[in-house]
Amino acid sequence: MTEKVDQSKRHFLTIATAVTGGAGIAFAAVPFLSSLKPSARARALGAPVEVPLASLEPGEMIRVVWRGRLVYVLRRTEEMLGRLVGVTEYLRDPNSSNVELQPSYATNEHRSLNPEYLVVEGSCTHLGCAPLPQFEVTPSSDWFGGFFCPCHGSKFDLSGRVYKGVPAPTNLRVPPYTFSQTNVITIGIDSGSA
Amino acid sequence: MANNEKKQSESSSKLLNWIDERFPYTETMRYHITEYYASKNFNFWYVFGVLAMVILVIQLFTGIFLTMNYKPSATDAFSSVEYIMRDVEWGWLIRYMHSTGASFFFIVVYLHMFRAMLYGSYKKPRELIWIIGMLIFIVLMAEAFAGYLLPWGQMSYWGAQVIISIFGAIPFIGEALVEIIRGDYSISDITLNRFFALHVIALPLALVALIFVHIVALHEVGSNNPDGIDIKKYKNEEGIPIDGVAFHPYHTSKDLVAIIIFLMIFSMVVFFAPEMGGYFLEYSNFEKANPMATPEHIVPVWYFTPFYALLRAVPDKLGGAILMGLAVILPLFLPWLDRAKVKSIRYRGWIYKTALSLFAISFIALGVLGVLPAEGIYILLARIFGALYFGFFILMPYYTKIDKTKPVPDRVT
Amino acid sequence: MNSYKTIFPLVLIVILFTINTFAATGKSLQNANNDPQDIKSLQSGARNFMNYCSGCHSAEYVRYNVIASDLGLSDAQLQENLMFNAQQPFETINASMPSMDAAGWFGQAPPDLSLMARAKSTDYIYSFLKSFYIDQSSPTGVDNLILAGTSMPNVLWELQGHQVIIGEQGSEHLELSSPGKMSEKEFDIFLRDTVNFLEYISEPIRNARRALGIKVLMFLAFFLILAYLLKKEIWKDVK
Repeated sequence: MTEKVDQSKRHFLTIATAVTGGAGIAFAAVPFLSSLKPSARARALGAPVEVPLASLEPGEMIRVVWRGRLVYVLRRTEEMLGRLVGVTEYLRDPNSSNVELQPSYATNEHRSLNPEYLVVEGSCTHLGCAPLPQFEVTPSSDWFGGFFCPCHGSKFDLSGRVYKGVPAPTNLRVPPYTFSQTNVITIGIDSGSA
Repeated sequence: MANNEKKQSESSSKLLNWIDERFPYTETMRYHITEYYASKNFNFWYVFGVLAMVILVIQLFTGIFLTMNYKPSATDAFSSVEYIMRDVEWGWLIRYMHSTGASFFFIVVYLHMFRAMLYGSYKKPRELIWIIGMLIFIVLMAEAFAGYLLPWGQMSYWGAQVIISIFGAIPFIGEALVEIIRGDYSISDITLNRFFALHVIALPLALVALIFVHIVALHEVGSNNPDGIDIKKYKNEEGIPIDGVAFHPYHTSKDLVAIIIFLMIFSMVVFFAPEMGGYFLEYSNFEKANPMATPEHIVPVWYFTPFYALLRAVPDKLGGAILMGLAVILPLFLPWLDRAKVKSIRYRGWIYKTALSLFAISFIALGVLGVLPAEGIYILLARIFGALYFGFFILMPYYTKIDKTKPVPDRVT
Repeated sequence: MNSYKTIFPLVLIVILFTINTFAATGKSLQNANNDPQDIKSLQSGARNFMNYCSGCHSAEYVRYNVIASDLGLSDAQLQENLMFNAQQPFETINASMPSMDAAGWFGQAPPDLSLMARAKSTDYIYSFLKSFYIDQSSPTGVDNLILAGTSMPNVLWELQGHQVIIGEQGSEHLELSSPGKMSEKEFDIFLRDTVNFLEYISEPIRNARRALGIKVLMFLAFFLILAYLLKKEIWKDVK
């Protein structure tokens, strides 16, 4: 006890050991946290999905699953495309200004590569329910046809754009997709990248 | 600046007060950490308790993450382990840590128990700590055994087949008991499913609870030391044992060094020899369980082999099973078998030193024999070492009484 | 009492070594001498595997794209040289032959090879593949010195040639009766590459694991020095 203790050396060593130990724990945490990411199998199962369009009639919609998520592919008629213009005043984001919700090639009024085909995720941006297709117009109201979420009453138009005054905050999400062949859409690959 | 610091410490002591009024935080920290005094002369043998805690934490963490990807079913278990090894990012590391941790758990626990035998830590007033420790050991064996079935490899399956069949030796209820353990007429999907439940929930809960009690009991009477004397006999004016130092920062800083050395050895196995020559991960376990074909050479994992050798040393099914059970249970009675007046090996006579050496040698030899085929000279050797193993316990009341002990010093050396 | 400290670990080490030497005894196998860090060897092993093994054997846990990235192959190389039984690089290796048919033809389905090298050792597979000999009484026309009565035909006879068994029981050995396309040396290299690939697929992360291990040990060594200095500093209080 009589020997003088160099407090600054002790302080330095304590800090250095604590910092190194902390770094060690942080390193050790990496494998555990990374293991929570989608595994090689999940990525294999989440591979791009091909959707043949040949048998899809105008006005018809099909549901496909990509990465376990529901995706709607709707072939819009000329008449349906016409409705996209009149509805804009009722919409929260008619110009798709939230760029994170769709690839750049779908940042347009019809929110698609080809105006005829709409590809959107069938997942309400409120709390993830699957919106129901309701394409017919209700006369003398502000409903121009589109998607209606049964859970909390959110409404989207025929481009998946959200109406004003509903719980859903944003437009429906557009997944990456491309026309891999004539009349075949591949969901999961960006247009122009492959 | 100084003002700021003052403010900070004021508000943190306010928070501490708020907590202390509702939960004995400061009191607990003092009692168990900063004002828990243990002898200053702890040596190498005293690190294994804290190392066992480190391994427990490793096993719990890796176990949770393995459970997220493992499937407890006969059709999927084996491939889900390979899924962890290949498809899950870093899954291989988590799995190797868990499999290596299992073996190291036993290495460390065996050494921890041997420490108690070296320095008489089981003797009065620490009998209860020893008994709880033995219960921990038995639960740990069950935990390891249940866990070993989960990869559903050939060794998992046939090892479980053999060990569970041992219970069939019990007269009258044996067969029924075996069916209850398996939940089926042979080891099957049902067995795997319930072993999974035991391995991930029931036994770990029991283990953690027992370890908690083990430490509470230890801190009530205080730690033993290599001299086997009571450090509380001499206290300074503040009531602190003269030969004791606080757990924190003295023993913690020492233990940290031990933990890092342990982690280095552990990493060497995990990264460079995860199979450890077929002893930590047995080669036959890389083949999926096949109820139609027994592997040529069935051996339990190394940490069970001392007891397994005893089982095989007896040509009678019931006799072998009883002997094996006794071998596990007997150390429980050490506090009452040992009649010596001193605790530590340092002050015991030549008889106990010889007896303990023979015991350690026979335990290791039995472990080796349990791996080798039961034939010829090996059976004879197993019987000789088995006799030494049991002799150590059964004759203990006599030889510890007549053994000449040396005078014990007053203070630790 | 000091002797306890030193003797106990020593005894343990000696005994572990003895177990290892005892446990190693078994059928005399030839040393495959393969090196899983030799990428060139693994590449040719992969080609051998796809051409000669994957017709009948699957490797159901192994993905093509993992092989490609570990062995430094481009997508095009992968598609051209290895992916005979698959459309997508992320698929696992299936056998060309449906296993139900195989069970009918061979008496039992050819085993999956994902973990074969880990379960049996490369020495075993190497010796096994080298030890076929002509046996007219067997349905496949061959038998094997390492695994008598095997239901596997000698798929490599074209490369190796035919072998016959010579000598009394207990001291029998094999001799080439008609040469194959490869010299003995070429055939040995062929087998070595093949079992090397089998060892690689049995644990694809093996090389990464070792590389990481060195870094972890270096970190811990640094940490150890600090912790030791801190311990010494703090224990200055204790006299």
